[in-house]
Amino acid sequence: MSILCAEGVTAGYTEVDILNEVHLRVEPEEIVSIIGPNGAGKSTLLKAIFGLLKPRKGRILLEEEEITGLSPDRIVRKGLSYVPQVHNVFPSLTVQENLEMGAFIRTDDYSSRMEEIFQLFPLLKERRKQKVGQLSGGQRQMVAMGRALMLDPRVLLLDEPSAGLAPLLVSLIFEKIQEINATGVAVVIVEQNAREALKLSHRGYILAMGRNVMDDEAQALLDNEEIGRLFLGG
Amino acid sequence: MVELFIYGIVLGGIIALGAVGLTLVYGILRFANFAHGDLMSAGAYISLFLMSVLFSGMGIPDSNFAPLSIGWRMVLAFPLSMLAVGGVAIAMDRILYRKLRHKNSPAVMLAMSALGASFIIRMIILILWGADYRFYRPGVLRPALSLPLGVKIRPDQLLILSVVTVLVILLHLFLQKTKMGKAMRATADNMELARVSGIDTERIILWTWGIGGALAAAGGILYGIDVQVHPGMGWNFLLPLFAAAILGTIGNVYGALVGGFVIGVAQQVSTAFLMPTYKPAVAFLIMIGILLIRPQGIFGGK
Repeated sequence: MSILCAEGVTAGYTEVDILNEVHLRVEPEEIVSIIGPNGAGKSTLLKAIFGLLKPRKGRILLEEEEITGLSPDRIVRKGLSYVPQVHNVFPSLTVQENLEMGAFIRTDDYSSRMEEIFQLFPLLKERRKQKVGQLSGGQRQMVAMGRALMLDPRVLLLDEPSAGLAPLLVSLIFEKIQEINATGVAVVIVEQNAREALKLSHRGYILAMGRNVMDDEAQALLDNEEIGRLFLGG
Repeated sequence: MVELFIYGIVLGGIIALGAVGLTLVYGILRFANFAHGDLMSAGAYISLFLMSVLFSGMGIPDSNFAPLSIGWRMVLAFPLSMLAVGGVAIAMDRILYRKLRHKNSPAVMLAMSALGASFIIRMIILILWGADYRFYRPGVLRPALSLPLGVKIRPDQLLILSVVTVLVILLHLFLQKTKMGKAMRATADNMELARVSGIDTERIILWTWGIGGALAAAGGILYGIDVQVHPGMGWNFLLPLFAAAILGTIGNVYGALVGGFVIGVAQQVSTAFLMPTYKPAVAFLIMIGILLIRPQGIFGGK
């Protein structure tokens, strides 16, 4: 049984469809990359899944339950979390307050969850009292991911987690994604850094012009010469 | 001069209470509420109504706590008026602003509707109470205390400063320590991310209006205790409120507090050199100056 499934999703910001009958399937504990050129609709697909954009056609299922058209604050309660590409932290709040906001809907004691996140990102623990606006890009990305993990999601959607980061930080963030996945969280990554993303993924989807081009095991995509030339920068 | 400075702090506290609400609403909704000054009037007049009609009808004594000019009636009317105006602000949002917001109306439409709402509040006050200046307790002699440096200050003014201080501390604790306060700051930072985190932003918006309205009411009533109430008072406060909020970087609560005190002091001290009728011009000049020199305000980044 797939944990997350998008079927025939058509969506756009205006009357123009950015996505055309796109499908996506995520199995439990998988890392799935969505790659493709700029403007392919990768980020739009995540937004449509997370309810930030209402699909005109198609269905989105989270563990067989239809979540199509629900608002983000409802969807997040069902075990799906999302980290936007930009503006993904609350800059005037401290690190700890950002994590608390991630746990806003929790009414139980979430201090042990916060401790787990501090173990994943030890740097955040040191900076817990600091305002996030004063942190570097890589540290902000950690805060953003930490916030999204506060609810113990079953699926984590990451929109370009490596965007704008120095190469060393990119590999650090990718390592963290694998650590998160190892705790049983399925991860969907949209990435420009396609080759690196596929290396840590189980499977990959290639989108172009708002349509599915191909999907396969990540290794098979990496080994495919034509895909390499067209979508992975040679 | 010292005396004018102290009077300025009293006035500044009143301006600060109004400016905080203005800036809170702006921070969350990016909307300049031109009716905010009139919420101050609404608070002042609701208190007047409660004290002169309801409480006198209920037989609550009209005596005052000497040397203050207020008594039990004001003690009861103050929080009730804050609640009522909080409710008025929420109702205005529900009836008017929220609908425009959901239609993605341009900012100028919202500004015009706020301007319209401000006229409506002022006209309701004029219809119900007339255009006269009124005192909460007419005829009470207001003796001044003599402090060192030849400063004369009325006990009422010390009371006003204490009330402002308590409200500011409560607001600070609310914003920093409570879940709802933190969520309010988070929503002001990034409304979409707040929704993505599961925060019900519509509820945050209600809280913001409620708190902004209640603080405006407090400011209006305190002004009534200090000076008097009249239907145009809130409208006259609008310029200082905006000057304070812009000076302290619009959207920044603590900036609005500082801005309020700066504007209040500047207005009062100016009366040493200028006719008191020029007080609003002082706020206006400061606002123009800050917009020209540092439009992001004193607490804004680049």
